Amino acid sequence: MVPIISIKNLTKTYASGFQALKGVNLDIRQGEIFALLGPNGAGKTTLIGIVCGIVRPGEGSITVGGHDIIRDYRAARSLIGLVPQELFTSYFETVSANVAMSRGLFGLAPDPARIEKVLKDLSLWDKKDSPVMTLSGGMKRRVLIAKALAHEPKILFLDEPTAGVDVELRRDMWSQVRRLRDEGVTIILTTHYIEEAEEMADRIGIISKGEIILTEDKAELMRKLGRKEMTLHLKDALATVPAPLAGHRLALANGGRELVFTYDSATERDGIAALFGDLAAAGILLKDVHTRQSSLEEIFVGLLKERS
Amino acid sequence: MNIEAIRTLYRFEMARTLRTPTQSIVSPVISTSLYFVVFGSAIGSRIQEIGGVNYGSFIVPGLIMLSLLTQSISNAAFGIYMPRFSGTIYEVLSAPISSLEAVIAYVGAAASKSVMLGLVILVTSLLFVPMTIVHPFWMVVFIVLSAFTFSLLGFIIGIWAESWERLELVPQLVVTPLTFLGGSFYSIDMLPPFWQKVSLFNPVVYLISCLRWSFFGKADVSIAASLAVIVAFLAVCLGVVAWIFRTGYRLKN
Ligand SMILES: Nc1ncnc2c1ncn2[C@@H]1O[C@H](COP(=O)(O)OP(=O)(O)OP(=O)(O)O)[C@@H](O)[C@H]1O
Ligand SMILES: [Mg+2]
Repeated sequence: MVPIISIKNLTKTYASGFQALKGVNLDIRQGEIFALLGPNGAGKTTLIGIVCGIVRPGEGSITVGGHDIIRDYRAARSLIGLVPQELFTSYFETVSANVAMSRGLFGLAPDPARIEKVLKDLSLWDKKDSPVMTLSGGMKRRVLIAKALAHEPKILFLDEPTAGVDVELRRDMWSQVRRLRDEGVTIILTTHYIEEAEEMADRIGIISKGEIILTEDKAELMRKLGRKEMTLHLKDALATVPAPLAGHRLALANGGRELVFTYDSATERDGIAALFGDLAAAGILLKDVHTRQSSLEEIFVGLLKERS
Repeated sequence: MNIEAIRTLYRFEMARTLRTPTQSIVSPVISTSLYFVVFGSAIGSRIQEIGGVNYGSFIVPGLIMLSLLTQSISNAAFGIYMPRFSGTIYEVLSAPISSLEAVIAYVGAAASKSVMLGLVILVTSLLFVPMTIVHPFWMVVFIVLSAFTFSLLGFIIGIWAESWERLELVPQLVVTPLTFLGGSFYSIDMLPPFWQKVSLFNPVVYLISCLRWSFFGKADVSIAASLAVIVAFLAVCLGVVAWIFRTGYRLKN
């Protein structure tokens, strides 16, 4: 299938001389949810800004729905809705005026029914006549989403849509995004929450220091990224890992006072129950247990080390 | 042409003014009234007539032009500086609209506001002085043309400015002095010959002169020269704006 967005050898050097993108190649498939992950400053917002026409591209080429973003910018931009990372809105205007304006800017005739549906979907309907500045941060974020949806985009960019959004609302947004995908909208989102990518994405791309270092199906990647570590603090120190526990991925640490269990959060959740059963059977007493998941940042560092 | 987008952006800009009627209507009415009290009554009682025109009436075109220029510049400069400053410009940059369409909307809105303001001042002055307008058609042409040209200048300033101070710099340092020295309150015939010559280098002289001609049928400089100056200035501003959008200067990183 022809990719809906195709980015070829894209570079970007800011006026400061800083090279933010170093030859990015990326294809987005029609109808997918693509999560773009990467540490702060990796170039995610820069990349999105270039595709949307906000940042001037360097070398390379980009097509959106087959339209070159420079030569055929009208056709390309008509397809795109953008929810920026920063909370940019006209503070003095009302929510509905803001949302209606976005629709008009894209050349579409006013459609109060559409605006009403968008505002209701985002639980903003009762705020429609409030000036944006009177809204909370999470609500402002939703106004930005409503603005992007007001012009019925085929492609939606969400640059950290859930930063600063509470847990309940985050779940809400996830189901919204899935609903949009079911309606055929292609979605590209960035996030710093690994569970968000895990929950939502069909495919994941990782960008670091201006380079896409991998793109992969989620299931495959989660196996690599989802490694967890559980530390068991023992009541009595051990000299070796007892034979009945040999089947588990265990290592002794801290002079035999800790057992470290590494497991894969996506596929090996059952392993934990089995381990505890075996520990009890072997008569090993625990003082404390704690788990930790490698952060995305660590994973990026790891991936980069692997590559070099 | 994305007409709907132009209309949307224009309306959004206009709504901003209409939300603050005090600033857009009340304050020009008050300041115009003050000019009439000070210049019309106090000074006018000594000067009485210039070229057969009552002094109070004589200053009306100058007053209109003074407000037209300063307001066109500050409206347009503010109109584009605000979205740059607050980041909301992203929406215009990512919309399927051409630079020309964006300029028509922004500059059109700024010019409309100052034309309305010019009319408010004209109506206010009717309360103070008798007035007949010899060439009403040309009056409208000159007002609209000046408003549009100086809104373009304001737009350029709003894009160039990197701070609020700079936004105020050009209007205060250049435009206001030029307008005061441009014959708002006197005819340049009244100056010594040397300063008459110097005044001819002040573009505002031409603007005020032709507007005054449309009111009273008498001009300081020829109408053709005035029109040439306005059109030339308009062309320069259009050229600069076209360059800004072609290069993305100060709009895109
Ligand atoms: N206008 C600019 N001028 C100079 N450098 C810039 C500019 N904007 C961004 N950069 C630099 O480009 C790099 C990439 O920035 P970008 O905003 O794309 O990162 P990001 O991946 O979105 O990060 P985050 O996760 O923090 O949002 C950073 O090092 C940043 O400092
Ligand atoms: Mg970012």
